[in-house]
Amino acid sequence: MRQLRQSLPTGTFILGCLVILGLIPMVLRYINGLGAISNLSDGRPWGFWISFDLYCGVALAAGGFTLAGVVYIFGREKYHSVARPAILTAFLGYLLVILALLVDLGQPWYIWHAIIYWNIHSPLFEVAICVMTYTAVLALEFSPAVFERLSELNLPVIRRFNWRIPLRVIRAIQIPLVIAGIALSTLHQSSLGTMLLMMPQSLHPLWYTPVLPLLFLLSAIAVGPAMVIFESTLSNRVFGHELAIDVLSGLGRAIPYILGLYLLLKLVDLLVAGELGLIFTAYPINLLWWTEIIIGVVTPIILLSRPAIRQSRRGVFWSSVLVIFGLVLNRFNVSMLALGMRPGFNYFPHWMEIAISVALVADALLVIWLSYRFLHIAEHEEAVAE
Amino acid sequence: MSKGVLYDATKCIGCRACQVACKQWNELPAETTTNSGTYENPPRMSAYTFTKINFTELEHNGKFQWVFNKQQCMHCQEPGCAEACIVGALVKTEEGPVTYDEGKCIGCRYCMVACPFGIPNFEWDKPLPWIRKCTFCADRQGAGLKPACVTTCPTGALKFGNRDELIAEARRRIAEHPGTYVNHIYGENEVGGTSWLYLSPVPFEEIGFPTLPSAPVTINAERAMAAVPPVLVGVAAAMAGIYWLVQRQQKIGQKAGEEEKQKEKVK
Repeated sequence: MRQLRQSLPTGTFILGCLVILGLIPMVLRYINGLGAISNLSDGRPWGFWISFDLYCGVALAAGGFTLAGVVYIFGREKYHSVARPAILTAFLGYLLVILALLVDLGQPWYIWHAIIYWNIHSPLFEVAICVMTYTAVLALEFSPAVFERLSELNLPVIRRFNWRIPLRVIRAIQIPLVIAGIALSTLHQSSLGTMLLMMPQSLHPLWYTPVLPLLFLLSAIAVGPAMVIFESTLSNRVFGHELAIDVLSGLGRAIPYILGLYLLLKLVDLLVAGELGLIFTAYPINLLWWTEIIIGVVTPIILLSRPAIRQSRRGVFWSSVLVIFGLVLNRFNVSMLALGMRPGFNYFPHWMEIAISVALVADALLVIWLSYRFLHIAEHEEAVAE
Repeated sequence: MSKGVLYDATKCIGCRACQVACKQWNELPAETTTNSGTYENPPRMSAYTFTKINFTELEHNGKFQWVFNKQQCMHCQEPGCAEACIVGALVKTEEGPVTYDEGKCIGCRYCMVACPFGIPNFEWDKPLPWIRKCTFCADRQGAGLKPACVTTCPTGALKFGNRDELIAEARRRIAEHPGTYVNHIYGENEVGGTSWLYLSPVPFEEIGFPTLPSAPVTINAERAMAAVPPVLVGVAAAMAGIYWLVQRQQKIGQKAGEEEKQKEKVK
C-alpha cells in the first residue's frame, strides 16, 4: 500500500476557494461581455491571459517534451522517475491553456472552427493545431498511469475489463508518440514567437527579431528541466518523495549550455541588426531587458556551472527559480510590456483577469494533488519494477 | 480590378457627413460621448464607429493650418489581419475590400494586434462579441454602388475608383499644385500598399498617420511559416535517427558486456 504523508486539508481548501472565486468572473463574462471582467480594450486587445496563460503556460509546460525526449529517445533511464510527473504537469499545463482560451476568446463555442476553417498562413492556426494535437499526445503519454491504476482496482464494473490491453497498445506506440510530441512542441513553441513577428511596428526592437521563433524554442527547452526541478522539489516537500540529487544535478547541468546558446544568439542577433546600442540607450524599457538577461539568464548560467551548487538541492532549486523567472519576464515583455499599444490607451490587468488565471492554476494543482494521491506518479519506478 | 478611394485632405471641410452615412448604412448605434473641446467626435473609433474625421491644428510653413483626415480601415494590399486570422475570417478580395466573415470568427483578436493601423475593434460590452471594422461597403460595391461615405461626401474629398487610376490622379494633383500638397501619396507603398490613398497639405506624421515602411508587416512571419513543413519532417527524422542510434549502441554495449562475462567464465 502506498502511504500518504499528508492529506493537505488546508491546502486543498484554499485551492478550492480560489477555484470558486474564479467562477464569479466567468459567469459575469457571459452576461456583460469581456469588458466587464477585464481591462482589455481596443488599444490592448491581448492582455494578462495571453501573456500568462498562453505564453508562459505553454513555455512552462516544456518539461513534458524535453524530459520525454531525454528518457525515451536519448535513452537516459536515470531520469525515468521525473518523466511521468513532467508529462502530467505538461498535460495539465496545456489543458489550462485551452481552458484559459475559452475565457479569453470572444466566441469560445466556435473554438472548433480552427479545425475546419484553415488559414495555413496564420501562425496562430499552426499553434492551435499543434496545441490540440500535442494535448492529445500528452493524454496518451500519460494514460498508462491511469490504466495501471485501473488494472489494480477491484471495483465492480472496472475489474471486468482487462486494462492491460490499452496499456500494451500505448506501450507499443510510445516511441512514435514521443517523437510526435517533440516535433509538435518544436513547432508550436517556436510559432508562439512567429506570432509576434506580425508586429514589426509595435514590438520593441530590443525584442523584435526574425529569429524570435528560434529564441522562443531555445528558452522553452532551457526552462523545461528548470520546471521539472522546481516541481519535483515542491512535490518532494508536499508528498515526501525524495528525488536523487544525482537526477537534480544532472538536469541542472544541461541548463547553462542551452541558456548560453540562447544568450549568444540574442546578442549576436542584436549586433548583426546594429541594435546592440539599444541595451544602453532605450531607457527605461532596457531595464526590463537587463533584468531578464542578468537575473534569468546570466546568473543561472554562472550558478549551475559550479559543481558545488549543482550538488546542493537548494542551489539547484533556486537556480531553476531564476530560469523560470527569466522566462516569465521574457514572455511578459514580448507579449505585453514591450508591445506597443494604440495611442491613448492604458492597461493594467483587472483583478478578475488575475483571479481567473489563479483559479485555473489552482485547478491544475488540485488535479496534481489528486493524481499523486490516486495514481503512481513519483514512485513510478518502483511500480515498473514490481 | 482592385478598387480604392483617394482622400484629399485639402478638399475635406470636416463636416463628418461620412461618419453619419457610415453609421446609417451599417446600422451602427450612436455612442454617448462628452465634449472634448474640439469638433472631433466620438473621441476614437470603436466597434460602433467605423470611420472618424480627425482634426489637427498645427503650424506648417509659418502658417496656421487646420487639417482633417479620415480614419477607417485602409484595406491593405497585403493585410496583416488576414494573414493573422486563425480561421481565415478576414480575406483580402480581388475587388479591394478586406472582408470579414463572422460565421467563421472565434473572437481571438489576433487581427487587432496584427493591424499596423490599429483598425479592427471588438464588442467588449457584448456576451457574444464580434470583430467590427469598415467593410469598404463591399455589399454596396457588389451592387454597383459607391461606398456610403464616398456617396455622401459633399466636396469631392473622397474619390472612388480603380486604385492605379487613383494613384495617377493623385500624382497629377501633386504635379499641378506643388505648393498645396506634400509630395507623398500615403498608402501607395505603406506596408505593401493600401486600397485607401491620401493626399495632405502637411507631412502625414504631423496629422497622426503612422510612419510605416513599404515592406508588408507579414514578411517575417511568412518566412518563418515557410520553414514549418521542413522543420516538422526534419525534427521527426532526427529524433527517430537518434533513437535508432541509441538503441543500437545499447545493444552493442550489452553484447560486449555479455561477451566479456563469457570470456571471464572461460578463463
